Amino acid sequence: MVGKDVKLPGTYLKGDEMYKLPGLVEHRPEAKYEFASGQAQGRFLQGLKEGKILGVKCPRCGRVYVPPRMYCEYCMAPTTEWVELSGEGEVHTAVVSYISTFRARLEKPEIIAVIRLYAPGYTGKPDEYEFPGIFHKLCNVEPDDVVSGRIIGARVRPRWRPPEERRGSVTDIECFEPVVEG
Amino acid sequence: MASRVAIVSMGWYGFKSSVDELSFREMMFEAATRAYETVGLDPRRDVDAFVSCQEDYWEGIAITDEFAPEPVGGVLRPTLTVAGDMLQGVAQAYMMIKTGYFDVVVVESHAKPSDITTMHGIFEMALDPLYLRPLNPPNMHFLAGLDAAAFLQRSRLGREHLAMVVAKNKRAGLSNSRASHAAPLSPDDVLSMEPVVDPLTRLDIAPFSDAAVVAVLASEEAARRFTDTPVWIEGISWITEAGTGALAWHTIGAMPGLRVAAKRALAMAGVSRIDTDTSFAEVDDRYSYVELLALEELGLGSPDEVARMLEDGDLDPGGYYPVNPSGGSLAAGVALEATAGFRLLEVYERLLAGGYEEGRERGVVASWRGPPTRTFSVAVLGV
Repeated sequence: MVGKDVKLPGTYLKGDEMYKLPGLVEHRPEAKYEFASGQAQGRFLQGLKEGKILGVKCPRCGRVYVPPRMYCEYCMAPTTEWVELSGEGEVHTAVVSYISTFRARLEKPEIIAVIRLYAPGYTGKPDEYEFPGIFHKLCNVEPDDVVSGRIIGARVRPRWRPPEERRGSVTDIECFEPVVEG
Repeated sequence: MASRVAIVSMGWYGFKSSVDELSFREMMFEAATRAYETVGLDPRRDVDAFVSCQEDYWEGIAITDEFAPEPVGGVLRPTLTVAGDMLQGVAQAYMMIKTGYFDVVVVESHAKPSDITTMHGIFEMALDPLYLRPLNPPNMHFLAGLDAAAFLQRSRLGREHLAMVVAKNKRAGLSNSRASHAAPLSPDDVLSMEPVVDPLTRLDIAPFSDAAVVAVLASEEAARRFTDTPVWIEGISWITEAGTGALAWHTIGAMPGLRVAAKRALAMAGVSRIDTDTSFAEVDDRYSYVELLALEELGLGSPDEVARMLEDGDLDPGGYYPVNPSGGSLAAGVALEATAGFRLLEVYERLLAGGYEEGRERGVVASWRGPPTRTFSVAVLGV
């Protein structure tokens, strides 16, 4: 193993010298899009702006989709009935991330969870990923609650941004936080 | 001999400049539902595999393959993506059925160019990063301009022939519900316009369209379960010339790749000449000159002979050998990888409509994947 004080033979290049060498050609993509949200996600995003979590129900199998789709992917039937969810649900699974996208250590670890939302008339299958659910951050939760597994099954609800800050985006929900009983 | 392969149903949605009301996934679902319901097919029970034709940069989603199964009924079913035009996907499905392991295969393609706000930037990403991108070509049509200029020089045809193609197709599209860009234009209307990339004017360049197309392919035995009117894929082939990285080495002003794909597909179908053994063709016309060049490469005649047919109205709808009776891309737009799906759909529906001379109950689809590719596909369909 090479210790950090050992200087290896050869010519050392600085970053800007590297880019002056022929053989490295920089290109920055000019790739921009404006995605049409469509019928289902469009209404879902509008709902978020109004502080509501909306889903759709499949008329054949009764599955409730959050985020909603115009069709049931299992039945290939159009989903026609809209339902409003309370927003409350329970943590299905969660993870603590200690590093950022660029692998730098985060000052405060982030907790990401999949939340099984309570939906009127449909609970999904208990041990499977078939439920109206949302992927979001958890707050007011300690990393140890996650690492120990205590957080699994905990009741949570959305912490909404103030109405004037909502943009019709999934970030209109700041995070999900545990419901304090009583 | 392995089973013949048929198209038993097709569905579509869009073919408008912008499908604002639906997301790309919802367009896929709408096109798929139409294809399935027509023949009473349940994709969750009756389909063995799904093929989706799309490309990440068009979608704006990396590994967009993962988005393919859900809207077409392919969740938890074998699904694969072909990063190519829809005819290339049809060729894959054709081969899958020929193996005997699959009886029913669905092919899907969709395009939402209206979601792309930097079309030139996406096009640029298809160019060689070390050599071509630093040159920063001023607009994405420069390659077609080079090709068109070289074709006119070699063939000694003039801009007026390109204008006649534009007028013919834009007018033919007036009776086609998918041809949103149709217009009653004359060749003079085209000739009076300033070139965008000489010799092409804005009217010589097909505009973009949002669309989704779905085709259900089946073995002969399975096809009979769904329809009494299958349309057979009698021949199909696809070819890529030197890649886009070797742009300068491409044959400019000719399409040898299309020639080879045509030879193979026509031979499979037992077609010696398209005008005697088939009744019409839907060929690439995303730029006006491509139609004439494609007809030369399909063996219809020399550029001179093709031009004479054009002048005499032989290529008009109802003419001796109608070419792009649908109005082609000039009238219906370029729907990225679904452009070939449009041509396939037109040949499929026109064959079902019937009324063709015995022994010529066939139509030809000839597709270019568009610049900067040199990828071509040809299919012969028959009833």
